[in-house]
This record gives sequence, C-alpha cells and structure tokens, in this order.
Amino acid sequence: MPEKAPSGFEEIEHTADWALRVWAPDLAGLLEEAARGMYELSGIRLQKGARVIRSFKVESTDAEGLLVNFLSELLHFAEKEKLAFDTFELLVSESVVDARLEGAPIVEQKKEIKAVTYHNLSVRAGPQGLSAEIVFDV
Amino acid sequence: MVDLTDIKRISDVEWEIPKSFRADMHVPVRIFATRELLEAIAGDRSLEQAVNAATLPGLVGQVVVMPDMHQGYGFPIGGVAATRYPDGVISPGAIGYDINCGVRLLGSQIEVGAVAAELEDLAQALNRHCPSGVGKSGHYRLNENELEEVMRDGARWMLKKGFATEADLQRSEEFGRMPGADPEKVSKRARQRGRDQIGTLGAGNHFIEVDVVDAIYDEDAAQAMGLREGCLALQIHCGSRGFGHQICTDYVRDFQAAAQRYHITLPDRELVCAPVNSPEGIAYMGAMNAAANFAFANRQLLAHLARQAFEEALAGRVKNWHLHQIYDIAHNMGKVETHEVDGKAVKVCVHRKGATRAFGPGAPGLPPEYQKIGQPVLVPGSMGTASWVLVGTKGSMQRSFGSTCHGAGRTMSRSQAKRTVRGEDLRKELEAKGIHIQAGSMAGLAEEAPKAYKDVDAVVETVAKAGIARKVARLRPVAVVKG
Repeated sequence: MPEKAPSGFEEIEHTADWALRVWAPDLAGLLEEAARGMYELSGIRLQKGARVIRSFKVESTDAEGLLVNFLSELLHFAEKEKLAFDTFELLVSESVVDARLEGAPIVEQKKEIKAVTYHNLSVRAGPQGLSAEIVFDV
Repeated sequence: MVDLTDIKRISDVEWEIPKSFRADMHVPVRIFATRELLEAIAGDRSLEQAVNAATLPGLVGQVVVMPDMHQGYGFPIGGVAATRYPDGVISPGAIGYDINCGVRLLGSQIEVGAVAAELEDLAQALNRHCPSGVGKSGHYRLNENELEEVMRDGARWMLKKGFATEADLQRSEEFGRMPGADPEKVSKRARQRGRDQIGTLGAGNHFIEVDVVDAIYDEDAAQAMGLREGCLALQIHCGSRGFGHQICTDYVRDFQAAAQRYHITLPDRELVCAPVNSPEGIAYMGAMNAAANFAFANRQLLAHLARQAFEEALAGRVKNWHLHQIYDIAHNMGKVETHEVDGKAVKVCVHRKGATRAFGPGAPGLPPEYQKIGQPVLVPGSMGTASWVLVGTKGSMQRSFGSTCHGAGRTMSRSQAKRTVRGEDLRKELEAKGIHIQAGSMAGLAEEAPKAYKDVDAVVETVAKAGIARKVARLRPVAVVKG
C-alpha cells in the first residue's frame, strides 16, 4: 500500500455540494492544500507567462475561521479580478494569516463555487499533522 | 445518525423524529415522504441535519422537511424551521448562500406545434440574450446609487426602467419587493460582486427552460394563471448571484462571535445564529432583504431579456409571442409571518431552505386572481424530466408553516454524476428526446443529469397526498439553457 503523501487533498462525496479532505504537516500547509483543492474542483487553469502577486491578511479566532476566511479571499480574487494562485507564502499565527501569493490570470474556470462553509469543519491534529474536511456551496 | 427505526410513522406520507430522539432537540422533526422516498433520504446525512436544525433556540412547532430533501451544508435542503419572533433566532445558514434563489414562470398562447421548427433558434436566442456561465457579467452595470435602489426596490426598480409590467410585480411573491431592506448593512465586497451581475443566470443548477404545458389537473386554477395545454411556458431558475452569496458569507462569519456572545451552542457551526431582535439579527435581516430584492430584480431582468429572445425567434412565425407572468417564488428565504400553532396565532421567523412558500386560498399577499385558488408553487424537475405547477392549500398553512417542496432533490453526489455520466452523451440523449440544449459546460451538464435527482412526480404526489399543495399542471421541457 503506497504511503500517503505528507500533504494533499482529495474530493469526498457530498450529495449536492462539493467537499474536500485536506491534510498537511501544519496550518500553512493545510491552507495551501485547501486552496489547490478548491482550484482543482473549480477546474481553474492559469495563463502561462503572466505573473501577478497579491498580499493580504485574514483574521479569525480559530483555525477553522482562518481556513474559511482565507479560501473566501481566494474566491473573491477569482471572481472580481479573475486571478488564481499557485505559489503560497503564508505566515500563520493563532489568529492571523499573512499571505503573499503568486499566480496568474484565469484563462478557464469550469465551475463556480458560491461560498466556503463551516459545515462540519474541524481542523484536527494527528500523528502526521493536521487535516480537515471542507464543504463548498455550489 | 438517524436510523429508520428511530422514525415514527404518522401516515403513508408523514413521519416524525420525536424530540426525545436527542437531548438537545427543542422540537420534533416532521418528514413528508413516502416510505420509498424516506429510505432514499436516509442514504445521506440529511436526517441528521434535520435533527441538528431542531436544536436552534426559540423554535416553534416542529422542523418540517419535504420529500425532495437532501444533505446540505448544515441545514438540510428541503427544510423549514420557524422561530419565535422577535426573541427566537435567525440563522443565515438556514436560509442559504443563494438568498432568494427561486423560480419565475411565464406562460404564453404559443402552441408548440406552430413553432416546433423554431425551437432550436429560440434556444439559441435565449442563450444569446440571457448571460449565463461561470464569471459571466450582465449587459448592465449598476452604479452605486442604482445598486442601492435595487436593494430597496427589487423588481419594482425594473418597472421604473421599463423592464417590467405592473402585472409582473403583482404576480410575484412579496410583489417582487421585500420590505425592510437596509443597504447600510451590506458590505463593500458584496456590492462589488453585485454591480455587474444583474440580469445573469449564473451556473450550477440554474437554468432557463422552455416547456410545454403537458397536462392540466385543475382547470380553474390553470385558467386563472393563463396556462393552456399544448402551449409554451418559460421557467427561470436563479437567485441573488455573488451579491447574495457574499452577504451570507459575511454574516455567517460575523455570527460566529455573536453566537458566543449570546451563549448559543450548536452542533454545526453553519447553523450559527443570533436573536432576531438583536443588533446582529436586525443587521442580517436588513442585508438579507436587500439580497432578496436583488434576486427579484435579477429574475425580472432575465424575464425581460427572455421576452426579447422570444420576439427575435418567433415574431412573424406566430401572431402572439408574448410571455405573461404566472408567478415568481423564492425557495431560500427567511420571513416574518403569522401562523397558527397549537390553536394560537403566533408571529414567527420562517426559514425556508430549498422549500417554497405555499400559502392557501384567502391568504394575505396574494393578487386578486389567485385569492380563490391559492398561491402558485413552481417545482422544477431535473433536465429532461417534468416540472410542476401547484398551488398552496389550507393544509400547508396548518401543517408546514405554509410551505411545500421546491424541486426534485438530489440523490447522487456531483462527483458520482461526473464519473458515471458524460456530458456530451447526455446532451445527445436529451436532444434525441426533442429537448434542445444550450450548455456552457459539459461537466456542469453531467452533474445535473436527471439520474442524479429524485423522481419529481413522486415528490409532487407526496405533497399532494399530504395536503400541503395541490396539482395544477405538469410541464414537459423542449429547450434548456444552462451556464
């Protein structure tokens, strides 16, 4: 049985919406995998060559809130500026994510995510690091 | 987890999870379903979500769930919960991100036989006139003042612009405008998202569909609505777009702290809530009503654009290509209403998520022509299957807070649908049945395959047998436009 990668994401079944399971050694890694997973669910493809950088901060009282607020910020960039990101520099404290992201304009997006939900969201610590299951409204 | 053995049978179409099932439930859960539909419902976590919903503070009566129910993201889709007004709670997640997602139905005198050769052109014209798809902007970009006016006035703003008739507004839930909208409570980010999305369909399960009235079950009601067998009708299914999604996102986030302030513990953070009469509750209601008005205006503008498409495709082919409004309903909404509970009239905040208001004959808020028959209820099926026009009943007022089902309800996950259905094959299958398809995404089409949904006829039979709606007409699709 092949060993699971230290970080990653996989789609999980949900009747009407989309859901991901994500895992990583730490919260910064978890946020990055969640972002990559969300982009994959949306069928996002980036323009080659053109690069953009965006920096922002999100705050919350807990890891779940940071996850929701961080991904919501990415949804905002996708919708309003038609941008997505593939390189993540994240400084994460208990209540703040300081993000510097590099990416490009979106040339194709197959599906629309309306929102990131808190449904059953719990960032769990295990022997390999952190994991969470995230449900998106579509 | 809820097992079928935990559920008490009330009748062939009514069941109950008693309050005693779990210690934190405040009220029981009442399920409208046949045994067969209930067994399908038990296949996902929707019953557990209904039990979770029954823990909301200030609940009155029971949580009601419909035969099209399925798992959502906190509150089950197909659920209705009423909280005491003003000190019970309001929960943004129990209304949904797509505030005032709903359906508009327009009728015509166009006989399908007279335009069979034009249906492909009509589908293409609708696709051109009505913007749809991921990230698609509308033809109109609202400035800040105009957006504020839309937030306050809803479909009535479109009347001022010449994109609506008074009859369109009269034949709409809330006459196309929710009172109590407060633009001050809408974030800058929501406004940014809303300004170029008015008059857009979106993607996912939103659609515009041309139907034929296939069968009439209530002649008087059909006549009052202007529904004629063999004639075309048009459905528009969409909501408040990114504007509403952002408002819900903002308030679900803000209510996380509010729930702690009011010492509210919940089994699912997506059910987060605050008292209706708290500053947070009042702010959310104001913003929710603004989003609801955006959605009414959105469907109104799409109706106007659809009328243009009909004119382009059919003028000169038929004498009368006009589309008249039958009704416009919401199926994600929170409203303050008065209902009878244990023999007393009680003011409540009714949360409907994937459930439709179904006021009976004589109820307030209906236009004169519908007073005798009850409020029209529009129940779209999946692509390629029937849709239904129903009316509300006195039964729904007594047993389900004036509510009924909203659609067919999913049974299959989107990922399973993608794995088992090829969009291109589905398109060919539907076209072989005479249904003209305009779809922006084959993957999106596959996710919406008919096999992913319950049998809408069975759902409608159930609500009719339960007495919470009455059948008026069955519609059959002939063209579908999807983003």
